[in-house]
Amino acid sequence: MCDPCGCEDHVHKHEHPHETETGAWKIPVVQKILSANDQAALENREHLAAHNITTINIMSSPGAGKTTLLMATIAALEGTVRVGVIEGDVASQVDAERIATTGAPVVQINTGGGCHLDAPMVHRALHALPLAEIDPLFIENVGNLICPVAFDLGQRYKVALLSVPEGHDKPYKYPAIFEAVDLVVVTKSDLMPYLDFDLDAFRKLMQSLNPKAPVLFLSAQTGEGMADWLGWIVENV
Amino acid sequence: MHELAVTESVLKIAIEHAEQAGAERITAVTLVIGDMSSFVDDSIQFYFDLLTPGTLAEGAQLHFKRIAIQFRCRSCEEEFEPRGMDWTCPKCCALGGTVIAGKEFYIESIVVKSEE
Repeated sequence: MCDPCGCEDHVHKHEHPHETETGAWKIPVVQKILSANDQAALENREHLAAHNITTINIMSSPGAGKTTLLMATIAALEGTVRVGVIEGDVASQVDAERIATTGAPVVQINTGGGCHLDAPMVHRALHALPLAEIDPLFIENVGNLICPVAFDLGQRYKVALLSVPEGHDKPYKYPAIFEAVDLVVVTKSDLMPYLDFDLDAFRKLMQSLNPKAPVLFLSAQTGEGMADWLGWIVENV
Repeated sequence: MHELAVTESVLKIAIEHAEQAGAERITAVTLVIGDMSSFVDDSIQFYFDLLTPGTLAEGAQLHFKRIAIQFRCRSCEEEFEPRGMDWTCPKCCALGGTVIAGKEFYIESIVVKSEE
């Protein structure tokens, strides 16, 4: 530990920034490293607002049921609102093809190995959507509980999905995502009888970390709890 | 995986500030990273060493200041660090709290040099 400069332990040796060296000086920067993404997100937000589109960024682990929930949502909302979808995946068009069967406008983004969507990717995808005909727009992020939360896309709402098989203790392990979202949806509720997911413990944990985010509980397979989710969408669009 | 793009941003911002200051070299860059952000020091260091040769920051030292997650208890306002899966407030035993630190991710400062 190098006490004089207050910095953390380092394995490597280093010069101290405050050491005076001829011709050397320190410049305070204090600039967010993701400021370029934040700027692009701001532009997306303005662009979407100009088209009166409410955008919902859906984040979860791979396999939590994002695409299945979106398909059930589009079917249930048919005739009331016109849903558009941006699908984010590392590779393949599989999810976009599934969404396309519902008739909703959809654009697939392939990140080519990237672990999250960023604002410039969403900007490009917006050019491929009929914005005049859409509201709301769902962005299905790359399945990952870690990275997507750091990258603002210009969305209005952030929603986290957590499927029952993943366990109720996930907020302990991935606090950043559960702290940042506006809504948490626990999916695959029909599997509850077979697994020891403690819904009360999960609600309590969410209450302790992010009391403003409601927790919904549903199964897109059986339809249980879907009404609350659809109600949340209609209320917020 | 995303540290390559992130390190490119670090380098771009550092070089912009160094050029504005009329410096010819960057000798150190200090990053502040909260434990709740998803960025890994070793990975940023790896890409920094890969990206800096041939730039103003060639040979620059990268310093990391890690910021621990800090909760403020919603019941008694005590500020505390969560300990693994123990999120109880040490003062009043309430669970969790408002996150007041741990989300930082910025360049704090750079040290630059002119050759004269």
